[in-house]
Amino acid sequence: MGGTMQIGLGHFLTVSAILLVLGVFGIFLNRKNVIVILMSVELILLAVNLNLVAFSGALGDLTGQVFAMFVLTVAAAEAAIGLAIVVIYFRNRGSIQVEDVNLMKG
Amino acid sequence: MEAAAMNWTVAVPEIALALCAMAILIFGVLRRQDATFLCTMLSLGALLLTGVLVIGGQTGAGFGGQFTADAFSAFVKLLILSGSAFALLLSLDYNEREGLARFEYPVLVLLATTGMMVMASATNLMTLYLGLELQSLALYVLAAFARDTLRSSEAGLKYFVLGALASGLLLYGISLAYGFSGTMDFAQIARILASPAHASAGLVVGLVFILAGLAFKVSAVPFHMWTPDVYEGAPTPVTALFGTAPKVAAMALILRVMIGPFGHLLPHWQLLIVLVSIASMLLGSLAAIGQNNIKRLMAYSSIGHMGYALIGLAAGTHAGVRGVLVYLVVYVFMNLGTFACIIAMRRQGRQVENISDLAGLARTDPGLALAMAAFMFSMAGIPPLSGFFGKLYVFLAAVQAGLWTLAVIGVLTSVVGAYYYLRVVKIMYFDEAQPAFDKRGASLSFVAASTGLFTLLFFIFPAPFVGAAEAAARVLFG
Repeated sequence: MGGTMQIGLGHFLTVSAILLVLGVFGIFLNRKNVIVILMSVELILLAVNLNLVAFSGALGDLTGQVFAMFVLTVAAAEAAIGLAIVVIYFRNRGSIQVEDVNLMKG
Repeated sequence: MEAAAMNWTVAVPEIALALCAMAILIFGVLRRQDATFLCTMLSLGALLLTGVLVIGGQTGAGFGGQFTADAFSAFVKLLILSGSAFALLLSLDYNEREGLARFEYPVLVLLATTGMMVMASATNLMTLYLGLELQSLALYVLAAFARDTLRSSEAGLKYFVLGALASGLLLYGISLAYGFSGTMDFAQIARILASPAHASAGLVVGLVFILAGLAFKVSAVPFHMWTPDVYEGAPTPVTALFGTAPKVAAMALILRVMIGPFGHLLPHWQLLIVLVSIASMLLGSLAAIGQNNIKRLMAYSSIGHMGYALIGLAAGTHAGVRGVLVYLVVYVFMNLGTFACIIAMRRQGRQVENISDLAGLARTDPGLALAMAAFMFSMAGIPPLSGFFGKLYVFLAAVQAGLWTLAVIGVLTSVVGAYYYLRVVKIMYFDEAQPAFDKRGASLSFVAASTGLFTLLFFIFPAPFVGAAEAAARVLFG
């Protein structure tokens, strides 16, 4: 364990890109549960926040961190509305399996 | 520095509309009896008031350059406000008969409209995102507004999931654009991109992500998957709203972002827009042919129309942007009129939505059939109706910019599209008559008649609209 490794902008961007890809795949490959989709959406937003904060640090500019705060706020509102829609869907359908969301073809 | 000034008075129309929405919400909650009709009327008044404030409003940059009121934003905002107001009028009769009369409906429409107006004025990536989300969050709820029917809740769920994904991609693009340019301000990004050396790969990737997110909002191919299902499932007045005001706001945002900060990257994004436009026109005209449900037909039709509007952007010129704006004006009014006719399709107290239900309408209700026929001819682009002029301006701009292929494909797909529009007319005029529709509300007749007159008579007075679009387009190239 001799050499020390500097954690730089590139590492943050890589992690965030991985999180983004995981989130997108979580939405498209998931055949189980709508809640998993909501979690994937949150994952995408977290990837964005990581990006913003990392860039903000690297640029020495506060805008990115301010924006990250806004994104957190909007993400909370989005989760609330998403869960509300899932609840009314469950009341009507009796299931939140992704494969059951098929009344209209498309 | 001027850019650092607060100058909040440029946002007076948005502030007024947001305050009105909250006041109406409180009024609706505190009033014990049914307040829906009153709240809808108050909301229409609020939209009118906002329109007056936009016309008489101050222009300039505010909030440290994050928000700009100019001729472009005023043009778009007036179009958005009239789209929302007509969509609200359409909901009066429908919500009453479907048991959806709840006072939250007009409040949600007002909040969505506030978001769209912020989008029209955004000159910073942060304002862009916040406006877009304010609009989207209200629209997700509206799509699922008929909360006791499976179709509406499924539409809401699909719209929410795909909308959230699109917002996520847009945000990721914004974060890349911010990181590789060092700023979120449109003017500064444009200044940085003026030297080609700064057009780094990261910035171009960010631009593509931003474009993908916005393309979802205007339902351009390949981000159109949600459109037919959401159009079919959502309550019809909500579909009328989806088809008009949000499309205008998102298209205006695409114009401002592509021409403004990323204008110097035209060679990078032009081919992309051309491909999206061609794909949208093809899908809009071919996939609509097999549809039986009129709301699904309108969904494919709107995908096609957005393809035509994008032709003007692909040209990337002043004439092109003017063409897009004229197209949007024409599109909003003929779409609202068509939806007024669709909402009037009720038998024995139930909404009917199949195209075959229109059979023989010319004998049972000649007025409605005439209005519907006018809108269908206009959508097909047959002169002298307004739809023809919308297409004419974007095709001209494309030809002037040397995009011959695009213009030729546009003309060909509108010929294909004419087939299914004219099929509706044929069913109304020549097929065996079905039982008559229920008596329709006065608000529907009013919307259908006023938008119908606009569509029919646009060719007599296009000058004020084209002139205003001209002035608005000049702002972006200023």
